[in-house]
Formats: sequence, C-alpha cells, structure tokens
Amino acid sequence: MTILHNATDAPVVISIERASKSFDLPGGGRFDAVRDVSLDILQGEIFGIAGRSGAGKSTLLRMMNLLERPDSGRITVAGQELTSLAPRELRQARRQIGMIYQHFNLLANASVFENVAFPLRIHGAMNAPRLKARVAECLELVGLIDKTDSYPAQLSGGQKQRVAIARALAGFPAVLLCDEPTSALDPDTTRSLLATLRDINARLGVTVVIVSHELQALGSLCARAAVVEDGRIAEVFRITDHSAPRQTALGRELAYYGTEAWAESLRGAQHA
Amino acid sequence: MLEKLITFAPELWRALGETLLMLGIGLSSAVLIGGPLGVALFMSEANGPSRARPLGRLLGWLVNTVRSFPFIILMVALVPFTRVIAGTSIGPLAAAVPLSFAAIPYFARLVEQQLRDVPRGVIEAAEAMGASPLQIVTRVLLREARSGLVLALTVLSISFLSYSAVAGVVGGGGIGDLAIRYGYYRFETDVMVITVAILVVMVQLIQFGGGRIARRLDKR
Repeated sequence: MTILHNATDAPVVISIERASKSFDLPGGGRFDAVRDVSLDILQGEIFGIAGRSGAGKSTLLRMMNLLERPDSGRITVAGQELTSLAPRELRQARRQIGMIYQHFNLLANASVFENVAFPLRIHGAMNAPRLKARVAECLELVGLIDKTDSYPAQLSGGQKQRVAIARALAGFPAVLLCDEPTSALDPDTTRSLLATLRDINARLGVTVVIVSHELQALGSLCARAAVVEDGRIAEVFRITDHSAPRQTALGRELAYYGTEAWAESLRGAQHA
Repeated sequence: MLEKLITFAPELWRALGETLLMLGIGLSSAVLIGGPLGVALFMSEANGPSRARPLGRLLGWLVNTVRSFPFIILMVALVPFTRVIAGTSIGPLAAAVPLSFAAIPYFARLVEQQLRDVPRGVIEAAEAMGASPLQIVTRVLLREARSGLVLALTVLSISFLSYSAVAGVVGGGGIGDLAIRYGYYRFETDVMVITVAILVVMVQLIQFGGGRIARRLDKR
C-alpha cells in the first residue's frame, strides 16, 4: 500500500480493451456477464475489484488468464496479447499469471511439495535440485516450510490457501490473480492472509489483482479499485484519493475502509 | 466330500487357471483400451476439458451400442470374429474375446464416472497454470481419481468373474463352467458347493484387496 501512491506512471501490465462476454442461460436466453469493459492495471500495484454477486467481477478476473475467453475485445498481459495466441502459446503465456481461488483447488492426492512443484513440472523449466530449492523458497515465503510433506487434507483452510499462493508464485509470475481468496476463511485467518499478500507484493513486486465481496479486505489492501455493476465498470479510483466524491455506494464504502478514520477505529477496537 | 475334492483337484486347478486366464485377458484389455476410452469420453464431454464434442458423441454412441447386447448374444454374434482372433471359437482363449469386448465399454463408463468426481476447480487450476490436455489427464485426473479407479476395476473384476461362468456355456471352461456341467447338469451337488465356495472366496479376496489398495491411495 505504501509503494504506489503516486505511481500513475508505472507501466501497464494487464490491459483489457473493450471486452465482452455473455453466457447461455439454462432456460434459454443469454446473460451478459461483462459488457464492453476496458481496464488497465499497472505493474506492481494491488488492484481490487468489488461488486455484488453476479455483477461480473469474477468473470472479469478470469478473463485475465483467459479461463474465460471474451466474445469480443482484447486481453494483454505482460506484453502478450492472450486473445491472439494459439493454444500452445497461451499455455506458455500462462506461466506469467498465477492464480488462487476461493476453494484453493489443490491436488488432494499430492503432497504440499508436489502441489507447489506442479507448475514447474508441467513446464519442465527446472532441473531437480533447482526445483526443490524453488519449492522450499516459496514455502518459506508463505511460512509453511514445515508442512512440505503433508497432504492438503491435513491442513487448515488458511494453510491450504498459503500453499496455493506458494504454488501460484513458484514460476515467477508477473501477476497474481486472486478470486475471492478469503471468502472461505475466518476473520483472523483472513487478516493474516491479506498481510501475506501485501508482503508478497512489496517484496517481489508482483502485481496483485483481487476480486472480493469483502470490502474491508479490499479497502485495507488495495491501492486502486474498480467497482463493477451489471457487467460494466461503474468507477475506478485510488482508494486513498478523497478529492472527488465516489459515484457508487460500494465505492463510498470502499473509500471509507481506506481512510485514516477507519484505521483509527480499528486500532481503538484492538486496544479496547 | 473331501474324497470328492481330492479326485476333483486336477480338474479344479485346470478350471481355476482357465478362469484366471479369461479374467486376466478381459481385464487387461479393459484397462488398456477401456481406460483411455473412458478418459476420451470424459475429456470430450460438453463441459469437458477439451471440447471435442462430435468425437465424444460418436464414442458415447459406440459404447452404448456394445453395452446394449446381452452378454450371451454378444458372445454368439462375435463367433466369426473370435475365430479370426483366437483361431478357435472354443476354450478360454476364445471366450476371452467376447469378455474383452464387453469389458472395454463397461470399464470406459466406470472410468468416465470416476473422472467426473474430480473437482472442476482443480482441473481449471491446472489449465490456468498452462497444463496441456495430456498433462491434465496424467497429472490431475488420474492422480485425483486413482482410488476410485481402483474400486472401479474391483467392481469390473467381480462382474466379469461371473460373466466368465456364462462363457462356460459355449465351451469357455473355467470354474463357472465346472459348476454348470457337473453341479447343475449332473446333479453333483458337492461339486457345485465346492465351485461356488471357490467363487465366493475369490470375490471376497478381490473386494478386500481392491478396497485396501484404494484406501492406501486416497489422501483426500
């Protein structure tokens, strides 16, 4: 949060240009999840995407690694236009993009070590000793080095999400996409996980994009945020910039969680 | 009864060998051909990881058609084909041909079903990391479904142990054949009891072994 207050001149790392996506509904008809959205995310920032259920925020995030391919528009990440790539090139490009999920999505029949090694193995990028060292490094980073040989079923929710973060970071990605990463966690675990994300962003400079319906989490973590309503971006703003009034209710609430007043009230609550 | 068992021992051993041969061939082809077929069925489903839907429909139709045949009719219908492959239409080797034919689509469906239980999100995460379809199969699907696949093979083994008895009717040999020829046609109740007892023991062993292996493989 400290590093990028005035970094409007940082290069763009994710660029979405006029992207749209609609889905067939089971009962017939179509649902427009994302409508003609354009958005730039800057290198090294923590960017939040807020919105109500069904607003299209997850679809928007999942477009950034083409888990959802837009019906129209262009997606560019770390200098590569994903929407123009052949399947094989897209698989290579995805090494640049780590992702974590609400339900962790770890391999249940693989140890913590094998889970973190997974992206390295599928790209065959490292020899055995380097791979081992890299996995240890990533587990060290999230504070789980002592769980190397455990299986996911033996871990708590927070620990599973940390393994997922280690896995996402193993291949030195430029960006880390977070899809509701704390929604399955209790408040304490949420706080410590957010601190981990903040720490990773500061130490590694990896760009973090986080979708959440938890406004507190977003407000305390992000430098900038977008509010998505009905498949469109209603507003994009710097959390700490209070010079202009926010246009949406979600935006106003988010801005509040970024203020000193809120931070103060938190400190008060902790002392009480 | 014990005397009978001793005089019958050579016949029993031979029959047991024939049963194991039929099962071995049938199950091997189920795993080697039916396994990949099941993976292909899953991968080409409407929401499957690769979106080869026309292929999926064709395979699905083929599997359903072979599975529609009552086993005894399949066996008779395949006789000309069996002669070409096994050189004869009688004996355990010949019976293994229709057994394999029936086991392949059966196991394919069992495999498909097991793969469907792999959480969608885990497959998606692999995709997001840049895994190819083949890597998704080998490193995600087979790994996550492995205990279920062992149980599926257990179910298949037990079903086909009794199918192999049916194969005896057309001269396939095996334990089931012994039960039918001596026990049923000749009213030699003690032979019937012995053979059925052997089958009971075999089923128990297969189920016990399969369950044990599946439990050991399951880390979920």
